[in-house]
Amino acid sequence: MSGSNEYGALTEGVYYILLSLFTPMHGYGIMQNVKLLSNGRVELGAGTLYGALGTLVERGWIEPLAGGQDSRKKEYRITESGRSALLSEMTRLDELLSNGRKLIGGEPE
Amino acid sequence: MSHVVRKYFADFEKEEQWLNDMSAKGLALVEYSWARYVFEESAPGEYIYRLELLEEDPKKAKSAEYLQFMEETGAERVPAGKRPSGKTVYVNPRWVIFRKKAAEGAFTIYSDTDSKIKHYQRIYRLWISLAVMELIIGVFNISLMFVNNPTALNRINLIMGLLLIVLALFFISLSMPIRRKITKLQNDKLVRE
Repeated sequence: MSGSNEYGALTEGVYYILLSLFTPMHGYGIMQNVKLLSNGRVELGAGTLYGALGTLVERGWIEPLAGGQDSRKKEYRITESGRSALLSEMTRLDELLSNGRKLIGGEPE
Repeated sequence: MSHVVRKYFADFEKEEQWLNDMSAKGLALVEYSWARYVFEESAPGEYIYRLELLEEDPKKAKSAEYLQFMEETGAERVPAGKRPSGKTVYVNPRWVIFRKKAAEGAFTIYSDTDSKIKHYQRIYRLWISLAVMELIIGVFNISLMFVNNPTALNRINLIMGLLLIVLALFFISLSMPIRRKITKLQNDKLVRE
């Protein structure tokens, strides 16, 4: 999963992974949490999640928790720059939604 | 009771489909090595099967870490068999068959377009590199004909060379449907994630 470039959209997988990691979680926990958050709509593939975690760590948006080395399951949490990436994505999504609503309505009744 | 089926697939997605069809009938794959499938009776649809070409040899650290991650998510790797000592053995360096209990929920490895494309590209590169290799050795064999004097050895070089070129064409034929899948996904990506 390439996720995003500097100003582009996040994939929905990455968006939900970042959102999940405000609480430290391991891989399987993230998969379950994303499914829960999206009411079962988004089911992350294990390979896709694995690739995304690697990319996000490289970018410094998430970090493996210290002490995770000895325990079998590695836990991750969001970093400061992950937080700001998520916030700017939310601003972007807000803009898309509010423009859509302004122009063609669709405000939930 | 176990059932042994000998079968060859050129298309890994057809192979995956077949394994899931067998599973639906109550035959769960337990071992695989070189076109030999061993099934054991199970509850119908107990397991979901998925195939993947790993980025690296499973013994390398990068793949070992990935395989452990897959295990943590409840997927297990189908082995080639067991040694008399009880040690589990695996063949087929980079192709891996995973299975997961259907009761634990859906099982997909790649759920978004980008990662699907990456996986197909890995497979595409494998077939192309094998084709190029066979082609080079094949052409080299045939070119020996012009160096050597006409002898029996000469004819063997020609036959070997032609066989290798046929093999190269076979690998190219495997790569073409994969190329089409990549193109289709890349076109989809212009419209949605």
